[in-house]
Amino acid sequence: MATPTPTATLDLAACFPGAVSADARPGYKGWIIEKDKLVEVATAIRDELGYDHLTAVTGVDYLPEGKMEVVYNAFKTTGGPVLTFKVQVPRIDPVEVPSVTSVWPGAEFQEREAWDLMGIKFTNHPDLRRILMWEGFEGHPLRKDWKEAFYEEDAKPFKSRWPEGRHVMAEERSPFKDNITFPKDFDPEKWVPEGEEALYGALAKYQTEEDGLKTDHIVINMGPQHPSTHGVFRVALTVDGETIVSLKPVMGYLHRNHDKIGERNTFLQNMPFTDRLDYFNSMSNNFGYAVAVEKLMNIQVSERAEYIRVIMAELSRIQNHLVFIGMLGNDLGMMYTPALYAFEERELVLDIFEAASGSRMMCNYFRFGGVVRDLPEGVLQKINDLVFERLPGKVDELDRMLTENEVFISRMKGVKVIDAENAIRYSITGPVLRAAGVPYDIRRADPYSVYDRFDFDVAVRQNGDLMDNYLIRLDEVRQSLRILQQAVKQIPAGPVMPGKPQYQVRVPAGESYGRVESPKGELGYYVVSNGKPNPWRYHVRPPSFVNITALEQMCIGVKIADFIAILGVIDIVLGELDR
Amino acid sequence: MYGKGIFKGLSVTLNRFWTTYTEDIRWLFSGKKRYFNEDGVKARAGKDTKGIFTVQYPEERLIIPEEFRYVPFLVYDEGADGRKEVRCTSCGICSKVCPPQCIWIVRTNDPNTGRPVPQPAEFYIDADICMNCGFCAEYCPFDAIKMDHDFEIASYDRNVFNLDKLLKPAAYYESIRPLNAARENEARKAKEAAKAAKAEAA
Ligand code: SF4
Ligand code: SF4
Repeated sequence: MATPTPTATLDLAACFPGAVSADARPGYKGWIIEKDKLVEVATAIRDELGYDHLTAVTGVDYLPEGKMEVVYNAFKTTGGPVLTFKVQVPRIDPVEVPSVTSVWPGAEFQEREAWDLMGIKFTNHPDLRRILMWEGFEGHPLRKDWKEAFYEEDAKPFKSRWPEGRHVMAEERSPFKDNITFPKDFDPEKWVPEGEEALYGALAKYQTEEDGLKTDHIVINMGPQHPSTHGVFRVALTVDGETIVSLKPVMGYLHRNHDKIGERNTFLQNMPFTDRLDYFNSMSNNFGYAVAVEKLMNIQVSERAEYIRVIMAELSRIQNHLVFIGMLGNDLGMMYTPALYAFEERELVLDIFEAASGSRMMCNYFRFGGVVRDLPEGVLQKINDLVFERLPGKVDELDRMLTENEVFISRMKGVKVIDAENAIRYSITGPVLRAAGVPYDIRRADPYSVYDRFDFDVAVRQNGDLMDNYLIRLDEVRQSLRILQQAVKQIPAGPVMPGKPQYQVRVPAGESYGRVESPKGELGYYVVSNGKPNPWRYHVRPPSFVNITALEQMCIGVKIADFIAILGVIDIVLGELDR
Repeated sequence: MYGKGIFKGLSVTLNRFWTTYTEDIRWLFSGKKRYFNEDGVKARAGKDTKGIFTVQYPEERLIIPEEFRYVPFLVYDEGADGRKEVRCTSCGICSKVCPPQCIWIVRTNDPNTGRPVPQPAEFYIDADICMNCGFCAEYCPFDAIKMDHDFEIASYDRNVFNLDKLLKPAAYYESIRPLNAARENEARKAKEAAKAAKAEAA
């Protein structure tokens, strides 16, 4: 891993006179690119400046200014902070921005999301369909003038709760009275969903004409109710025999518009909602959001809290990877034995979360500037016992049980998931990227919290096949244990919150992109504040969602049975994918 | 040799299998109960746990840590004549901080002057919407609302808790969260002492 390069001197406006200007709004940083020059400048950013990995793409609706903005964040896989650049267009439909998928194919799904939720049309996008909302849905819910079915007020707290809070059942405020608008002449009796056609139309066709016989395309739908899809996730695929020709993921079954809820909430109220993203790792989710907002607030986190945060995040990574290995067993037909062994260790980790935060999965443990409470008595001892005495042995046991198993090896070895070049092109992060041979880990490349104080290696494997994707998880668990062993020894005494806990935090106007290395990849939060108690824009860049962009690329040409294993090693979780 | 890895793996499983018996036998000979018994449950959640791990809810229960949080309740102190002295002043902070906005409070107003009285007239928590985040308990300045330990509230109807259902005595609170309650009582006493000292000095 190269040391992060200093980027403070980078002046894009000077490099591209006339096409780029600095973003001068107070609290904002980065560059604003002219819409017509976007692809050209983006290509130069990638090729000449070395920002080869486009990580986050999202839209912001600046309704009062009459503008729409698309925000891009890119980084160098050799390390260093992200480069933020933006495109601004007037907020008059059709809002059109050129697609950057020709430069970074990994932008595909994120642009589709921005189209779906924000109504920003990306010209030259290969497959611009809705992605999270269903086909046939009217409107773009993340626009500031769009109101949801149970709309009450623009921002919480709602006035109806106090001091005259006479309870009304949520369901009594019927969503079909005034908040739902149907398209003109809409007749539900006659309506046929057209989305399915668009979906199947997007699947590639193939022809086998060599022997002169006409062949039918076989389209297979897997999911949304299928145990191998790890939740309500669906793929439509065409196969030639057993080989996958084309594949399109269908998602959004668990969509609740997390971003919109987040923009109605106050800054603090978002914290428990982040728990529900990747529900296996609520500690990491809290971490990312806290980092983003603390950047914006410009406050110092107390020392002890930093250590507690790292301990919790690493414990979370360990249990995530152990369960990953167990569930991978299920995907491969190795039913339940490894999964149950993994769950045993996970329970012990969750006991610690519960004792510290009050909940096993929905931890809601982080606050801006620290954590809710210090570790209760005995918890540090428990962590100590686990990371020194129990977990190392248990990881070895799992290793012994699976790694050398010949059946396992012949199933896993040599089945390609993705190679390094494509992994970068498709914006993949996390263990899948590292298994492909790219040693990129935010804890090292762009350190946050106190990760720069620990001695650990960035786990990396070279082949990018299923086997390496499994092995890298074992490596990472061992590295996490190393970090934990140092952290529990070094943890200083002191307060866990600077100052008094406040329920109304003051967040100065501006934007920030905070990112952490969650067990599944880069978890980013893009937050825009206009100085009010509620965020103007709150966006989550979930690793599961972005990693799935390359699913088709990974699966073309492989057997359908391998698809399940490939989906398994990407390690998706639907709470985060669908948001 | 092909198959060596498989045997190595199976030996792990076999070992685990045997351990379930040897553990049970070990407990039997030591004269302690491993199942349906608090010590047994505790040992199964300890760092050296091996053998059978499952806790057979509802006959057996996990030990609930003090900080465990579930749908909140309101605390009242028992007054001299057995009256319920509700701690809540209906200040409204909890209803403002609640992320899914499931706390509804009607403030009491003095019927003569119309001025607010520090007492809730009505207090509802829509427990089906409550996300058990614990914010209300965290930010209540009067220690009046606390997170419960009783998680068995599944029902066929909607769970909307009113004041009647929400009020629980301070003694109950002290029984589920002894350390927290002791800390808070101390802080309250210190505050009162400081107030008294100030009043004396004046
Ligand atoms: S419970 Fe506490 S925060 Fe809520 S209204 Fe009563 S005193 Fe205020
Ligand atoms: S625990 Fe959270 S969601 Fe439930 S009532 Fe309290 S603040 Fe609201």
